[in-house]
Amino acid sequence: MTTTEREQAVLDRIDRARRRRAKVREERITLSHGAGGKATQTLIEAVFLDAFRNPLLEPLEDAATLTIGDAKLALTTDSFVVSPLFFPGGNIGDLAVNGTVNDLAVSGARPLYLTAGFILEEGFPVEDLLKIVDSMKAAAAAAGVQIVTGDTKVVQRGKADGVYINTAGVGVLTRTGLGVATAKPGDAVLVSGPIGDHGITIMLARGELDIDADLSSDTAPVHDLVAGLLAAVPGVRAMRDATRGGVATILNEIAKAADVAVVVDENAIPVRTEVRGASELLGIDPLYVACEGRIVVVVDGAQADDALAALRSQPLGASAAVIGRVAEDPPGLVLLNTAFGGTRIVDLLVGDPLPRIC
Amino acid sequence: MRFVDEFRDAEKARALSAKITSLCEPGRQYKFMEVCGGHTHTIYKHGLEDYLPETITLVHGPGCPVCVIPMGRVDDAISIARQPGVLMTSFGDMMRVPGSGGNFFDSNAEGTNIRMVYSPLDSLKIARQNPDLRVVFMAIGFETTTPSTAMTLLRAEAEGIENFSVFCNHVTIIPAIKAILDSPDLRLDGFIGPGHVSTVIGCRPYEFIARDYGKPVVVAGFEPLDILQSIYMLMVQLSEDRSEVENQYSRVVPWDGNLVALKAINEVMELRPYFEWRGLGFITHSAMRIRDKYAHFDAERTYAIPGLRVADPKACQCGEVLKGVLKPWECKVFGTACTPETPIGTCMVSPEGACAAYYNFGRFSRKRVREASQV
Repeated sequence: MTTTEREQAVLDRIDRARRRRAKVREERITLSHGAGGKATQTLIEAVFLDAFRNPLLEPLEDAATLTIGDAKLALTTDSFVVSPLFFPGGNIGDLAVNGTVNDLAVSGARPLYLTAGFILEEGFPVEDLLKIVDSMKAAAAAAGVQIVTGDTKVVQRGKADGVYINTAGVGVLTRTGLGVATAKPGDAVLVSGPIGDHGITIMLARGELDIDADLSSDTAPVHDLVAGLLAAVPGVRAMRDATRGGVATILNEIAKAADVAVVVDENAIPVRTEVRGASELLGIDPLYVACEGRIVVVVDGAQADDALAALRSQPLGASAAVIGRVAEDPPGLVLLNTAFGGTRIVDLLVGDPLPRIC
Repeated sequence: MRFVDEFRDAEKARALSAKITSLCEPGRQYKFMEVCGGHTHTIYKHGLEDYLPETITLVHGPGCPVCVIPMGRVDDAISIARQPGVLMTSFGDMMRVPGSGGNFFDSNAEGTNIRMVYSPLDSLKIARQNPDLRVVFMAIGFETTTPSTAMTLLRAEAEGIENFSVFCNHVTIIPAIKAILDSPDLRLDGFIGPGHVSTVIGCRPYEFIARDYGKPVVVAGFEPLDILQSIYMLMVQLSEDRSEVENQYSRVVPWDGNLVALKAINEVMELRPYFEWRGLGFITHSAMRIRDKYAHFDAERTYAIPGLRVADPKACQCGEVLKGVLKPWECKVFGTACTPETPIGTCMVSPEGACAAYYNFGRFSRKRVREASQV
């Protein structure tokens, strides 16, 4: 066997190993399990999916799509543990509303009703709670949703960190059949704006790094952006909200679910200079950094220009870009054509440089 | 972005690539070792190998600070962290390095408090702000990071901070390079010298490589064009039958190094008689320890540590990978039993480790991708 053939044999063996059923090997939960990368995926597949397995859960999309009588609904839930609670561009309150609104929107639903659950720590200032709730009220109004039920729990000092919020949401599906598994070779991949703003903002807001940058979180509801896109472009195959784990995680989900290659162009990916600069200093890749108001879109390649125009016609999508395409080979992998002119893969994140980002 | 984009210019890379190819003698194979893990990371992250002819092979060297830490030292660190009132800090890469009973994350899940910091000064700050805690900084790294540990100790001494100490694992690069040169398994044509280490020690310490072993050395920066240019400079030396130490990274590396940093190291630290390297075994005079004068800051003396030597797992071939004898994918457990999520060996842990870099960035067939993109 030549070296190339031997290397290919090893690569095939690894590919088979990666397709095997996930198993949690750790004896205890570590922070990696919450990072949105490989450990999170393993935990979800090996523990939660294994126990709750059903056809509605199985696709592991941002929201489950349900048919009740004649109604087609989307249902989702999300918990928020961000630290710090207040950061440039928002706070845990608007983040909690926008996060759930966005999960519904990218599933092809018009968001309608939300629930809100609060876990409060003894000693938490009521003034801060009022600020957070005000932001939730404003965010709900902006997204056209109502918060219709909720829950409150208080735990002893030290048993939580200020406040944690859970929101769940329900919406009516306006477009069915969306999903990353439907991506096909020849499709185009778009992103709706500069990536990584939220994650870097949170990291800098913690004040541990002594780096100053004029940057704020991108937290925003994307329902209008999505509605405009869906109305203009019939060939939309899937949309995802690039939160924890960043754009790289979404691209990997597409490659894995549809068993295709996703090839992206580093030069085409919009990243603010401040985000790039901070990432370079900290040794992190903006592709893995969380956004809270950015979507990744897979669309029929022939309609890429229409999709780009539809996104750019709205303020939230003004910097949208086509960042790559779906290809046949090598299946299951995300390839990046680097700005330097080389090629590398973009894998799922392993560890987490930034716990509690949302 | 200034100071970054100009070192990643694809057009300049193509021009350099053509010049490198034109210097290749027909039928000759070239093997260069990039000593530093930072270079390995850059090579894979930017896909630099796409610019090299197939006759040039890059061999990944031992200069990855996390990769060379033996399991016994991780166990020692965890045993310190388990003692009452201890908060341990270290660089992020250390968190996932396996000891015999798990890594720092596992240890934290069982109750220790080991936190990631970006600088030893951050550890000192934590000590200052938390007088009730005993803060121990697990110091790792080559000469690149040793000065910052030394300066932190000098600051702690000046401020009279008593609840701070250092678990010192600093190593030195020259003995490792010498071990590789003396290893019979490997035939190298030249070295891409470590850039950051050289900002401290300068270029002179590499002269023996050129003089006694007849291998050219080019000290290189960390952007992809730096490395490509260094490969070109090595090829020029070979084509002119020279073996010299050259400095490609002169914008940062002074020929004589940083005397202030060297003085600070020498004030607080001295060479150990020997130190165990992961996969390479014991190497004499290859690591630093804290001098007697600063013994009160030395966690190895203030805490009882087991100090046991723990053999590497049998399947692990990190030693061969660190010496450049094996390519990452040639290791028996690569990518199946040993992955970045569940590493057996240290080379799979740090982003600077050869195995992790290959697994995360290079795990695909370049040939197949080239063919696919031509269709």
